[in-house]
Amino acid sequence: MATATHQLDALIAQEYKHGFVTDLETDTIPRGLNEDVIRLISAKKNEPEFMLEWRLAAYRHWLTMIEPNWAHVHYPPIDYQEISYYSAPKSNKDGPKSLDEVDPELLRTYEKLGIPLKEREMLAGVVAVDAVFDSVSVGTTFKKKLGEMGIIFCSFSEAVQEHPGLVRQYLGSVVPSGDNFYAALNSAVFSDGSFVYIPKGVRCPMELSTYFRINAQNTGQFERTLIIADEGAYVSYLEGCTAPMRDENQLHAAVVELIALDNARIKYSTVQNWYPGDKEGRGGIYNFVTKRGDCRGANSHISWTQVETGSAITWKYPSVLLKGDNSVGEFYSVALTNNRQQADTGTKMIHIGKNTRSTIVSKGISAGRGQNAYRGLVKVLKSADRARNYTQCDSLLLGDRCGAHTFPYIEVKNPTAKVEHEATTSRIGEDQMFYCLQRGISAEDAVSMIVNGFCKEVFKELPMEFAVEAQKLLGVSLEGSVG
Amino acid sequence: MLKVTNLQAKIDGKEILRGVDLEVRAGEVHAIMGPNGSGKSTLAQVLAGRENYEVTGGTVEYDGSDLLELAPEERARAGLFLAFQYPVEIPGVSNVYLLKAALNAVRKHRGEPELDAMDFLTLVKDKLKLVEISQEFLYRAVNEGFSGGEKKRNEILQMAVLEPRLAILDETDSGLDIDALKIVANGVNSLRSPDRAIIMVTHYQRLLDYIVPDFVHVLSDGRIVKSGGRELALELEERGYSWLEGDAQPAAQSGARAGAGS
Amino acid sequence: MNAIERYSADFARIENALPGSSIGWLQDARRDALSRFAERGIPTTRDENWKYTDVSSLEKRALIAAPSPDRADAATLAASIERLALAAEYHLLVFVDGRYDRDLSWLGRLPAGATISSMAEVLERDPGLLEAHFAGEIWPHGAFGWLNTALAADGAVIHLEADTVVEQPVHLLFLATGSASAVHATNLIVAGNNAKVTVIEHYAGDDGATYFTNALTHIVIGENANVAHYKLQQESAKAFHIAGIHAKQAAHGRFASHSISLGAQLARNDISTYLAAGSHCELNGLYLADGRRHVDHHTRIDHAEPDATSSEVYRGILDGGARGVFNGKVVVHQDAQHTDAKQENHNLLLSKNAEIDTKPELEIYADDVKCTHGATIGQLDDAMLFYLRSRGLDEAAARSLLIYAFAHDIIDRMALQPLRKRLERQLIERLPLGSTEVSFSELLLDGQSGTGQ
Repeated sequence: MATATHQLDALIAQEYKHGFVTDLETDTIPRGLNEDVIRLISAKKNEPEFMLEWRLAAYRHWLTMIEPNWAHVHYPPIDYQEISYYSAPKSNKDGPKSLDEVDPELLRTYEKLGIPLKEREMLAGVVAVDAVFDSVSVGTTFKKKLGEMGIIFCSFSEAVQEHPGLVRQYLGSVVPSGDNFYAALNSAVFSDGSFVYIPKGVRCPMELSTYFRINAQNTGQFERTLIIADEGAYVSYLEGCTAPMRDENQLHAAVVELIALDNARIKYSTVQNWYPGDKEGRGGIYNFVTKRGDCRGANSHISWTQVETGSAITWKYPSVLLKGDNSVGEFYSVALTNNRQQADTGTKMIHIGKNTRSTIVSKGISAGRGQNAYRGLVKVLKSADRARNYTQCDSLLLGDRCGAHTFPYIEVKNPTAKVEHEATTSRIGEDQMFYCLQRGISAEDAVSMIVNGFCKEVFKELPMEFAVEAQKLLGVSLEGSVG
Repeated sequence: MLKVTNLQAKIDGKEILRGVDLEVRAGEVHAIMGPNGSGKSTLAQVLAGRENYEVTGGTVEYDGSDLLELAPEERARAGLFLAFQYPVEIPGVSNVYLLKAALNAVRKHRGEPELDAMDFLTLVKDKLKLVEISQEFLYRAVNEGFSGGEKKRNEILQMAVLEPRLAILDETDSGLDIDALKIVANGVNSLRSPDRAIIMVTHYQRLLDYIVPDFVHVLSDGRIVKSGGRELALELEERGYSWLEGDAQPAAQSGARAGAGS
Repeated sequence: MNAIERYSADFARIENALPGSSIGWLQDARRDALSRFAERGIPTTRDENWKYTDVSSLEKRALIAAPSPDRADAATLAASIERLALAAEYHLLVFVDGRYDRDLSWLGRLPAGATISSMAEVLERDPGLLEAHFAGEIWPHGAFGWLNTALAADGAVIHLEADTVVEQPVHLLFLATGSASAVHATNLIVAGNNAKVTVIEHYAGDDGATYFTNALTHIVIGENANVAHYKLQQESAKAFHIAGIHAKQAAHGRFASHSISLGAQLARNDISTYLAAGSHCELNGLYLADGRRHVDHHTRIDHAEPDATSSEVYRGILDGGARGVFNGKVVVHQDAQHTDAKQENHNLLLSKNAEIDTKPELEIYADDVKCTHGATIGQLDDAMLFYLRSRGLDEAAARSLLIYAFAHDIIDRMALQPLRKRLERQLIERLPLGSTEVSFSELLLDGQSGTGQ
């Protein structure tokens, strides 16, 4: 095992591959936050009055709130006045009309990241991509084709201009502007994000995807995503994230709202690979995200799948409000913490309607000095007759300096509910390793094999292309950690 | 003894039985065969009174009374026994307690005195030999941690103790090796008698080598599509079920009559 | 007057009447405890540890300690003890409204190294025996723990030198007559290396009496020592019961804790243990609640050193408008390699207004460990009910049997036969028995022959 452990260590120590900085001219506003900054952001985006009012109300509420401290994470206090709340690549004042107008440097960045942004490269693909660079959306592919089906897939800013009615109807209806400290901050200053509307009965024919990247220094990224699946609609949405390597920490406080009406289904997948900081814990993204889905209609279905390998600190609980009768909520998660990374992540399943069902599968992998916590809430209200929940939380520990924690809250107020929770903790067994080595498999492959096996239940929920990426990412994130 | 007429049943809105006709008289052994999903186990569960199934039509007469009106325990006390395809594990309840509670419930219904502990144990020990189960089995929780074969033998033990009038064996042969199969068959055969009837639900004809039926029925898509004697099972073994599935409709009526009549 | 002021006044009033009030270190410890209590005050539902348990109804009653409660009628007391005693051969220490009653107690022959007495007596004869255990910092304390240390007038002391084995269980019977509205009792169990003892901590109250029991038990388990602790809570239906049981296990020490909660309108138990190398603990619990009762168990197991094992099973049955809370925390410290920790919590909700909040937590800082936990909430299993009915049991009997079996899993883990029998009877009294002629007393015999195999 000594050899194996040694190799494990080598594997874990691998470096972040998306850590380059893109040299771009940017339009960045000075650091600091006050009402004028919010007015400036709103003005830059040429927003209607209701948006500005909404932002200001959120800001005023935020001022009264205290940063949460209950999560199992530790970090020095954040100075919210030291952050710049808006940064955009400087280009034509009105923004790029088509991808041809996008700064070629930026396109090269996405190519480096393996994101085929150009439509001509996409023709063979089945993914429509909206890319958010620092704070603004830089291009949405396949828009026209989707438009013909009545599907709206655009940047949030564009949605505010083109579809203010929809925005006004749904914005903040799942995550109210004062929901929590970070959500309130996001509501006040969010700069862009993606907007999706799938009309009644339409099944979106391709995966919709947003790629987020933080590039500029000292900026925070506050994007907001709003997805509405009207009655009987279906959409699968993918989200990916990277950031350059920088010594200081950067804040990412996003909000995602999903709304599924009667018989609608939304599948939301995330591969989060923000810069995690270096081995000593310098730098890295603080990923404080509020994601919530609202199964508003009967028989609606929302599933969250996440692979979280990046960020210095992750604070994230993609949740589902199961309001509609027979609605279904799912949460599948792989969270990996290596070096000094800390993750406090999980989900909330709130059962309100009758015959609502939820499934939670959480796989935590801790390596190095990483701290990985699952925090979840399963709540069955009195109205939720015959609600069902099954939760499984497994932790895999690689190394003796890391931590794996489980904090499941289960609150049941209805006697016809059935709730089951199981958790296990294990490490890669000596016998498993020896067995693989004896069969001629390298230690590195063996670990990757075992870790992938451990995560299989989650990976199978990801769309194919993403699953492959996730597996690779996991291998990379663990490199140097495993033997 | 049992007269099933145009029985229809569904579960979770899905129609499983679409008009089953079947008559079973005392002393007879019937085999109900059919492909997976044909409704065999549903028929067994509906006859035993499982509440998940909704009976949507038809009648079932048992010893002159309406079986469908009875609660599961009333059916059991009236002598109807179901050997489960998947016997349920009940942690914390000992086998011997269940046996005794069940036997005394049945005896009370029949107007017989309850057995005291000594007489009961004597009776059970006798039956244990029949299914080749050791006595320590009695003190384990019902079916908990039993192997597949042990569970099936435990069902036959219960049947032997309760001495039902009508025994329904639901896939009792599945998952049994040849030795266990012989033990189970031996247990069942020892219960054959002129005033008792047995319905065996099975996918394979193998069991029928050991418990020879008087009648064989083929259930397909929720209806009995063909009935015959022992030789029908052999034919099924040779030809499979697919040749029967096409002519489900017309065969149903005549098949049932054949089963009931001869 | 708020709670802090009220308890401070209570303390000022009774301080000099407390046993050992002239002993300097004890006086300091009590005052220190009171000031620590005053720093935090009574917990509210904003405290994570009290999120689901609201003690404001207790505070509204403003129950205070009586310096010397009225003696209850001797015949009534004797009858209660007769009813509650478990076995003639057990050592019995009776505390009436928190004060030791020598006349009602019965101690059998004890080995040379054993001291079994009351806190007040030990403080008179040999206070040095207790000094080390009053140093507040060594124990986990919540607000009620500090309050207990400040206000406790009595309790039991069981002190065993190394290699001392007390054969018969020690039954500590705390009887509340309702004449003292608040009783703070401190118990201390010390088992030296290789020592062995079984203790039953038993709380019972006169029906209809409203009072507050605040109990705190500290258990020190030496190397290779073995302590089995049974807590039986059957307070009056109007009582408030808050109790802490905190153990420390030295290397290879063994600790079994069984907590049975049947009474009180509000019951809260904090049970913790700290495991040194190679030690083993077993925490079992059963809570039954109906009406408007509230029952809360918080447990914490600290695996501080390598090679220790723990196993925890709690089961709850909630009926009427009762609310159950379970919070089980297992912490595996960095050095605690080869830890094996298992935890389970299962709950049955029997009525539409019953409620359960459960939170099984794991905090793990070592890698070569095996930790699992599971929690379930549900009703009686349909397939099991059908199976039993298909064998002729009527529905009520089948339900009773399954509820009984569900709870009996915990009773089955207990070694003391008289206590098991007592609990089985009490369990059966609460079941919705059916018309089946099969009596549950036969089930008990079968159950025993089953475990005897």
